[in-house]
Amino acid sequence: MPRKRLLVVGNGMAGMACVDEILKRKPDLAISVFSEEPYYNYNRILLSSVLAGEKNVEDIYINTEEWYQKNDIFIRLGDKVIDVDAREKRITTEKGYSFDYDLLLLATGSNPFIPPIEGVKKKGVYVFRNMADTHGILEHCKTSKKAVVIGGGLLGLEAARGLLNQGQRVTVVHIMDRLMEVQLDAVGGQFLKREIEKLGIEVLLGKNTERLLGDEKVEGVLFKDGSIAEADIVVIACGIRPNVDLAKKAGLKVNRGIVVNDHMETSDPSIFAIGECVEHREKVYGLVAPLYEQGKVLAATITENKGPLYEGSTLATKLKVMGIELFSAGDYKAEEPDKEVIAYQDHAFGVYKKLVIHQERVVGTILIGDASDANRFLEMIRKREAVGEKRHRLLFDVPPAVSGSSTDVMSRPDSDTICGCIGVSKGQIVTACREKGLKTISEVKACTKASSGCGTCAVLVGQIVKAVAGGEFEEEKKEIFCACVPFAKSKLRTMIQTQRLKTARDVLEIYGDGIGCSYCKPALSFLVDEVWLGEHGEERSARFINDRVHANIQKDGTFSVVPRMRGGVTNPEELRKIADVAEKYKVPMLKVTGSQRLDLLGVKKEDLPKIWAELGMTSGYAYAKAVRMVKSCVGTDFCRYGTQDSISTGIELETLLEGLYTPAKVKMGVVGCPRNCAEATVKDIGLIGIEGGWQVVIGGGAGKIVRAADILCTVKTTEEALETALLFFQYYRENGEYLERTYDFVVRIGLEEIRRETILAPEEKKKALLDRLNKARSKAVNPWAVEAKKPVNPTQFQDFVLPKDAEALIGVP
Amino acid sequence: MKTETMNWFPVAEVGSIPMQEGRRVLYREWDVALFNLGTEYLAVDNRCPHRSGPLADGIVAGKSVYCPLHNWKISLETGCVLSGGEGHVKKYPVQIVGSQICIAFSAEGGSAFGGPNHTL
Repeated sequence: MPRKRLLVVGNGMAGMACVDEILKRKPDLAISVFSEEPYYNYNRILLSSVLAGEKNVEDIYINTEEWYQKNDIFIRLGDKVIDVDAREKRITTEKGYSFDYDLLLLATGSNPFIPPIEGVKKKGVYVFRNMADTHGILEHCKTSKKAVVIGGGLLGLEAARGLLNQGQRVTVVHIMDRLMEVQLDAVGGQFLKREIEKLGIEVLLGKNTERLLGDEKVEGVLFKDGSIAEADIVVIACGIRPNVDLAKKAGLKVNRGIVVNDHMETSDPSIFAIGECVEHREKVYGLVAPLYEQGKVLAATITENKGPLYEGSTLATKLKVMGIELFSAGDYKAEEPDKEVIAYQDHAFGVYKKLVIHQERVVGTILIGDASDANRFLEMIRKREAVGEKRHRLLFDVPPAVSGSSTDVMSRPDSDTICGCIGVSKGQIVTACREKGLKTISEVKACTKASSGCGTCAVLVGQIVKAVAGGEFEEEKKEIFCACVPFAKSKLRTMIQTQRLKTARDVLEIYGDGIGCSYCKPALSFLVDEVWLGEHGEERSARFINDRVHANIQKDGTFSVVPRMRGGVTNPEELRKIADVAEKYKVPMLKVTGSQRLDLLGVKKEDLPKIWAELGMTSGYAYAKAVRMVKSCVGTDFCRYGTQDSISTGIELETLLEGLYTPAKVKMGVVGCPRNCAEATVKDIGLIGIEGGWQVVIGGGAGKIVRAADILCTVKTTEEALETALLFFQYYRENGEYLERTYDFVVRIGLEEIRRETILAPEEKKKALLDRLNKARSKAVNPWAVEAKKPVNPTQFQDFVLPKDAEALIGVP
Repeated sequence: MKTETMNWFPVAEVGSIPMQEGRRVLYREWDVALFNLGTEYLAVDNRCPHRSGPLADGIVAGKSVYCPLHNWKISLETGCVLSGGEGHVKKYPVQIVGSQICIAFSAEGGSAFGGPNHTL
């Protein structure tokens, strides 16, 4: 007997969740999947994270091509199914192909609802539903500044946050008198509005959109009250409608959605439906958790194991907006008189907690500002536990989870649900970790699917793995900034910009563990400085001791002092001052460095400000991840081989860049001819004089590794050479990982890409790079001059020394 | 508790050490690193067990300090080395009296708070 043919229309989360369950039952089915979108199955709810720049497109794929191949599933991408003939059991696609089926699964999802507003076809108007929409919005944001989101529901707010992170000024307009009215009561709506406004998003309530303004391109939104909001991009997020077109063509019973029974069967015994397109017991679900519950039941039905029933889902919503905690579940409204409310409101901290009790049981909750109890309450709602004695302690029973502590989640019963989307319990995760020796979150995700839905439970999953695997727990090998702030640097940079975070502490508290370490604290200090071009808030405690006292700590706790000596050129007056200071402060060693400078070694911390004052010279930054020096040869001034004026060019280059912090130290060299006496070819940036021009070289080094620099380009004039050096310098400053030297950076990015982004970039891009560099340079100061006059902190250079005969306090216990 | 035998020495004004920074306190043979953690002050020997690095100059993260020389991480609560190597540093009791931060310098070898897991 030939295998039965199961055709699945829709390649989204619902369809594939069900196929996944079907595969578990090892059925004798030939499965084909039809996808209107030209992508393999991806996690639609994470599109908002892609828009927010928190995830890349490749991060959100659930199943790859190999998965379809491995499971022997025929997949047809980018061809929409446009007709179903239920009598002939045949479907037809847009491209004109027909396929026969024995069983048909409709997982057609939903369509965005577009209200009848005039002008929605204008350029710059988007819905936010699929990958193509997301790409379109991201592309549009590159040139737009002002965004209006129509719709203040879950999706609208997530879109607004994404747009904010893409550098837009964002206004959310909502027709109702409160945000997220489907999930929140009036009080919750007020709390949420304040939280959203704190992010810098404008919220307009009770606004009825009349039409979109502009000719071909959208320019604004006109409201019924006559007011106008300017916009060069408009995103419509006014809810979704089940996509029931095919079901109607197949003659199925359809109300709001395709009507299914508790076995997930439609009115046609050969046709099944799942997900957002179905209506079950008069309810239509637009969230992810019900899909998985439905999938399990439907898989049983389809594989002739009919029995399990789907009895509806408890609705739970988590808002995935960084910096805002919001959770709502069950019946949170408590409109009926026999329902009771326990609530807590703290306006100053923006915390709102509400529990709805019905007949001694928790039936609903709203949590804003602190959703750490979300899973606990959801569990109570699902289990319909009697509250009993615990009632007066319900809201404050368990102290909020401390990040990094694993005790909280491990003290919960094994039956507790950890991943609400997929329905994975703590016990299942623990068992998987033990039996299969799982050591990372991604291994658990691959094995149990936990955290593959909305992803918010990843922290809990991590805590469980950590507790079970103990010392064998492995951090993810992703390219993250630091385990304390687990985001890629490029993403952190965007977040720092869009949220106007100006200190390392702010970043750690909002996106990290609130503690940090000796790597990420200095790294974040650099990042906020680089992003804000010197207008950040200096947080000294987050910086290495060298940067606090502007000198290099030595093995015995003394410091070394290296004054700037631009281009390696000095004069008798400077030398005399250095000699005087060295004598007066009994400096143990005075040495010529490898960077054509002089180093006073073995200086006591308390002497530093006095020495700086007496030297009257500029800091050489020999202690910092910063611009070090430009080494030069004598060039045309004196050398009989010199073809270019390397001394004055070297001094000029050093003057243009001195005082700037960089991802790692930057050493430079300028030589007047290819004999290369100042070794420019093993410097981070080098200029090599040739007959009639300069070679600009980058990424050289002679430290832990030795690498000859690559030629970025050859130019005719000194001005061009300097500009090229500056372009690369700023590009590296913005894109280098912390502690990444240019010799690694150039290899990682590739010379061609660096050329495209610097010398070959459009003029305005080059200008922008140089503008940012100049602005940062204008803010750079000589810290020695500042602190010699008056230390930023009065005790910075001071030890607390008690006299030998100091007396202890009397009478103090 | 042997509190009755402790001598509390005022060493610095409250507020003279910036939050999350350390300062060196010298008295007779003692060389102590005193830290302001924002919520409390903690003091340990100013010598990393590794190569005697000055812990007072380290980066503070949470309730730990990283030695500025080779990045060993030391708990300021217990004095134990948390990463980098093994060992522990001596802790000193600290309390605020009036506007003064006071340290009880314990006698050499006979510390009332010698072990790693003491409580104040």
